[in-house]
Amino acid sequence: MKRLLFIWIWVSMLFLMAFPLSAASGTASDTASDELNVKEMILEHLADTYEWKIVGWKNGHVTVPLPVILCSKTSGWHVFMSSKLHNDDNSHNGFYVAHEGKYKGKIVEKDVSGSEIRPFDLSLTKNAASLIFSSVLLIIIIMSVARSLKRNPMEAKKGFIGLMEMFIMSINDDIIKPAVGKDHMRYAPFLLTLFFFIFLNNVLGLIPLFPGGANVTGNIASTFVLAVATMLVINLTGTKEYYKEIFWPDVPKWLKAPIPLMPAIELIGVFTKPFALMIRLFANITGGHSTVMGLTAIVFVTASMGTTINASMSALSVVFTVFIMFVELLVAYIQAYVFTMLSAVFIGMARVESHHKEKELIETKHITVNK
Amino acid sequence: MSLLTPEPGLVFWMSLSFGIVAFILMKYGFPIILQMVNKRKDFIDNSLLAAQQAHEELAKVKENSEAILAQTRLEQTKMLESAAQTRDRIVEEAKELARTEADKIVAAAQKRIETEKENAMRAIRSEIALLSVSVAEKILREKLGTEEEQSKMINRLMDEVIISKS
Repeated sequence: MKRLLFIWIWVSMLFLMAFPLSAASGTASDTASDELNVKEMILEHLADTYEWKIVGWKNGHVTVPLPVILCSKTSGWHVFMSSKLHNDDNSHNGFYVAHEGKYKGKIVEKDVSGSEIRPFDLSLTKNAASLIFSSVLLIIIIMSVARSLKRNPMEAKKGFIGLMEMFIMSINDDIIKPAVGKDHMRYAPFLLTLFFFIFLNNVLGLIPLFPGGANVTGNIASTFVLAVATMLVINLTGTKEYYKEIFWPDVPKWLKAPIPLMPAIELIGVFTKPFALMIRLFANITGGHSTVMGLTAIVFVTASMGTTINASMSALSVVFTVFIMFVELLVAYIQAYVFTMLSAVFIGMARVESHHKEKELIETKHITVNK
Repeated sequence: MSLLTPEPGLVFWMSLSFGIVAFILMKYGFPIILQMVNKRKDFIDNSLLAAQQAHEELAKVKENSEAILAQTRLEQTKMLESAAQTRDRIVEEAKELARTEADKIVAAAQKRIETEKENAMRAIRSEIALLSVSVAEKILREKLGTEEEQSKMINRLMDEVIISKS
C-alpha cells in the first residue's frame, strides 16, 4: 500500500513538473456571472477540456496546462501549451476556444470568409492526459504483480500483490473461463486487460483529486475504441461456423434465398453487439458523474435560499453524495465486469463449433444405444 | 449531442494508450501471471498428491514393519523352543552316553575283578595243594617213621582196596 502511495505521489509530481502550474488571477470570463448554471456545470465536467483545472476560487484557479496539438488546413501543424490561450484576447496564432455555437468548448480558427472552422485536433486534453496517467499506472501495477510472481512463483503473495493476484484470478476463473469456453487461455490476456483498463479508469474517475476525476470511461471516444477492439477480436478470430451462421444460417430457405433477410439481421447483430457495449459503459459512467455533480450542486443552488435551508440541504447533499459514491464504486466494478463478461460471451459465441458434427454424434449414439 | 460524437483527437489518444497497454500487458503481463499461478496450482496439487502417496507408503511401511516384527517374534519363540529342545536332547544324550559308558566301565571292572579273583583262587588253590601235600608229607613221615607202622598202613590200605574191589 505504501508503495502504491509512493507511485501515486511520484507520478503526480512528474505531471506537475512536466506541465508547470499556472496560478492565474481571474480573467474577465471567470467573473462574468455569479449565478450558477447547474446544467452548464455538469456538461462542462462531462465534456473534455484543454487544461486540467485542479481547484478554482472566485478570483483565480490552479490549472495544469496541457499541450495543444493542432493541424490547420491553412497553416499546418501547431503545438503549444494550453496556458497560451489565456492571454489578453484569449487566442494564440488565431486559435481560440469557442464559447458558443456548434464547436462550443473546442479550439477553432477563422477561415477566409470569417466563419469558424475546426482544425484537426490531436490535443492532449484532460481525458487524454488522465488516460495516459491511468495507462502508466495500470502497466506499473500489473507488471509489478507479474514480476513478483515470476521472481518467486511458489510463494503465496501478501499485501497488494496478493490482492491483485486474487482479483485477476477471480476475473479469469469466474468470467472468462465459463464464458469463452475451451480456448479461454488465448483470450484471457485481452479480456483481463479490458477489465482492468475499464475498472481503473472508472475508479480514477470517482476520485475527485488530481490526477483522478476525469471522465474517461464516460466519454464516448474511449468506449468507442474499447468496443472497436472487442469487435475486431470477435470477428478476426471467429470460426468458419460463426461466419456460416451469419451469411447462411440454419433457417428455411425462403428466409435467406432471394431476399437475404436472416443474413441481414445477423450482419446487423455483428455491429449492434459492440455498439451496445459502447453505449452501456458510456451511459452508466456519464450518468454516475452527472448524479454526483447534481447532488453536489444542491449546496450551491440553495445558497441563496437562506441559511437554514442551505444548511439542511447541504447536509442532505453530503449524505446523498456519499451514498451515490458508494453506488458508483459498485457501478465501476459492475460495468467493467459486464463489459468483460459480454465481450467474453461474444468471443465464445464466435468460437462456435459445427452443430452438424454434434448432431451426427448424438445420432450415432442413439443408434448404438438402440442396437 | 456533442457528448455522443467521438472526438477524433481523443479516439487517437485512446487507441494509442489502449494499444500500448494492451500490447504490454498481453505480452508480458497477464500471460505470465496466469502461467505462474497455474504453475503454482499444479505444484500444490502435485505436492498434495505426493504427500498423500507418502502417507500411504508410510502406513504400508509401518504395516510391513509390524508384520515383520510379529514374524520375528514368532520365529524367536520358535527358535527358543527348538533351542530348549536341543538342549534337553543333548543333555539326555549325554546322560545316556555317560550311563552306557559307566556301565561299560563297571562291566569291564567286574570282569577284571572276576578274573583277578579266579587267578587269586587258582593261586591260592595251588598254594593250598602244595601246602597240604607238604603237610601231608610231613605228617606221613612222622606217622610212618617205624617199620611196624608202615606195614600197618599198607595193610589197612590193602584192606580198603580189597573192600572197594569187592
